Amino acid sequence: MSILVNRDTKVICQGFTGKQGTYHSRQALEYGTRLVGGVTPGRGGTTHLGLPVFDTVDQAMLETRPDASVVYVPPPFAADAMLEAAASGIKTIICITEGIPVLQMLRLKAVLAAQDTVLVGPNCPGVITPGECKIGIMPGFIHQPGCIGIVSRSGTLTYEAVYQTTRAGLGQSTCVGIGGDPIHGLGFVEVLEKFEADEQTRGIIMVGEIGGSAEERAADYIRQHISKPVVAYIAGVTAPSDKRMGHAGAIVSGGKGTAEDKFSVLESAGVNIVRSPTEMGQRMQECLS
Amino acid sequence: MNLHEFQSKRLLADYGIPIPTGVSARTADEAMKVAHSLGGKAWVVKAQVHAGGRGKAGGIKIVDSVEGVGTASASMLGKRLTTKQTGPGGLPIDIVLIEQVNVITREIYLSVLIDRVSERILFMASAAGGMNIEEVAISSPEAIIMAVVDPAAGLQPYQSRKLAFSLELEGKQISQLEQIMRGLYRLFLDKDASQIEINPLVVSSEGDLLALDAKMNFDDNALYSHFDISQMRDPFQEDDKEAVARQFGLNYITLDGSIGCMVNGAGLAMATMDLVQLKGGEPANFLDVGGDTDAQKVAEAFKLILSDGNVKTVLINIFGGIVRCDVIAEGILSAIREVGVHVPVIVRLEGTSAREGLSILEKAGLDIVTAEDLEEAAVKAVAAAAG
Repeated sequence: MSILVNRDTKVICQGFTGKQGTYHSRQALEYGTRLVGGVTPGRGGTTHLGLPVFDTVDQAMLETRPDASVVYVPPPFAADAMLEAAASGIKTIICITEGIPVLQMLRLKAVLAAQDTVLVGPNCPGVITPGECKIGIMPGFIHQPGCIGIVSRSGTLTYEAVYQTTRAGLGQSTCVGIGGDPIHGLGFVEVLEKFEADEQTRGIIMVGEIGGSAEERAADYIRQHISKPVVAYIAGVTAPSDKRMGHAGAIVSGGKGTAEDKFSVLESAGVNIVRSPTEMGQRMQECLS
Repeated sequence: MNLHEFQSKRLLADYGIPIPTGVSARTADEAMKVAHSLGGKAWVVKAQVHAGGRGKAGGIKIVDSVEGVGTASASMLGKRLTTKQTGPGGLPIDIVLIEQVNVITREIYLSVLIDRVSERILFMASAAGGMNIEEVAISSPEAIIMAVVDPAAGLQPYQSRKLAFSLELEGKQISQLEQIMRGLYRLFLDKDASQIEINPLVVSSEGDLLALDAKMNFDDNALYSHFDISQMRDPFQEDDKEAVARQFGLNYITLDGSIGCMVNGAGLAMATMDLVQLKGGEPANFLDVGGDTDAQKVAEAFKLILSDGNVKTVLINIFGGIVRCDVIAEGILSAIREVGVHVPVIVRLEGTSAREGLSILEKAGLDIVTAEDLEEAAVKAVAAAAG
């Protein structure tokens, strides 16, 4: 098994004919993802990358019955695209777009709370189940089917964890980028819960960063509910206070949300913390041997 | 993005929130004219910088003559103000705000922000106005009163009343707080604010509520739709290099160390800084060249790093995903040829086209050290910076 996506997952792409949508859809198709079509308002009825283009998600839903939608729509229009997907009954929405105003996300989350739609992201690399389904912008070739679940707030730092577990011969069950925005979809806790229940997953690598309290809540959850070994790395020990470190959510404010606090809370919850971003794979190997 | 106090107060006034009578000035002469036209017997001269702690640093002066306004303004304008929030270099004072002095009987704290846990807009108030709210939160968390706003319903009058009664406001102050909170909520939504803080909100000798100071922060991601806010940006209050970086779509933050870092991705950029420190070095900056970087961006990033005189070595760490390492390598070479690099450059390339990228760098015959992995790169960079 795996979590969220697998070889049977049918995917549509919103923002299909744009530069990002085109590039990453081509990559997804090469990887073997079951991409069944896309949506670009005004381009309905045409074909792109050999697949049908629809004006609305409703039409795409009717014709192709997708399980998931990946959103590459530019920031001013991305929240609208996600709401459209949810209204059409798409069960899993994965939003890659970076730079969505936080108040738009706040309203969107309030709407989604009343529905059974799963949102991943925004501002994330996406989700991949190696060898089966790649939805997002991660380089497919560094992955390898295996037993480690990876959940991360950062893009390239996820690739680092992937690369290390591939080199260690462990591979990955599923990798989930939850995104670097202050208000986002799936959090650490929800993904940890899925990895705990997934038979293929033997160990979990969690990559956090400064800002907010998601890692602290994850620590609580791990202490009570997770039996599998968890290795955690937190980025931003050297980040100065009150400066936003690239990601909209990566800011230590009023002395809260520091990397040191997160490390110590996770450690006291029994998590195997690594202080160096180069030791995630090796530490996981030790945990499993 | 931050605003000056005088800009924030103008916005508050636009939303019906009472502020002291005052006008900003750029010269001492102008300040005296302002004081004269405001009238009264005493004025407060407030240095306009993007930092708190101004009072203790001498950036707020109360004077009782028009000449005094001139002298106080002259002593501030053109100087730099160093507070505990500015860092050792301080910030330039180009503008002062002249206000009538108000007699104060009480100070209250009021703010509105986005709470990441509840994913709601949150009002926070405390009877301990004028104090640092983070300190209040630690010493007496029960003294902080909160109201969480449901986005579908919006702010309700009962929520404002609850805050008002908890703060032991009375009479007309109850409806004044309601009006202030309603204005703040509208302002917050209209302008995509991320935080508005009124500290202190005071009770005047006439028993009226008044916003004596204001600090506002706006969502950078929403500025595209708020030209009125973005044009209030004061670049002189920002780090020069950070302002240049923004022009080129780079995320850059100046730090104190000697190892310049160039990385793709914000998380990996932080992790690279942390690793440098773990190996005994100090990072000179945070720099994320972005996921869709190209040769030109890399060149600009290089120039930015080298414009920092403290930089003794440059560490480049790229994990190619969307971005191809051979493209990055070409960018590094053209940057070095263009600007000339006199410090050691250590490069680690991994991911898409990493091998091609490394071979481009090795064949170039320039003084570039390549590293097998991130660990080795950090160790080499720290050694190079040490001498």
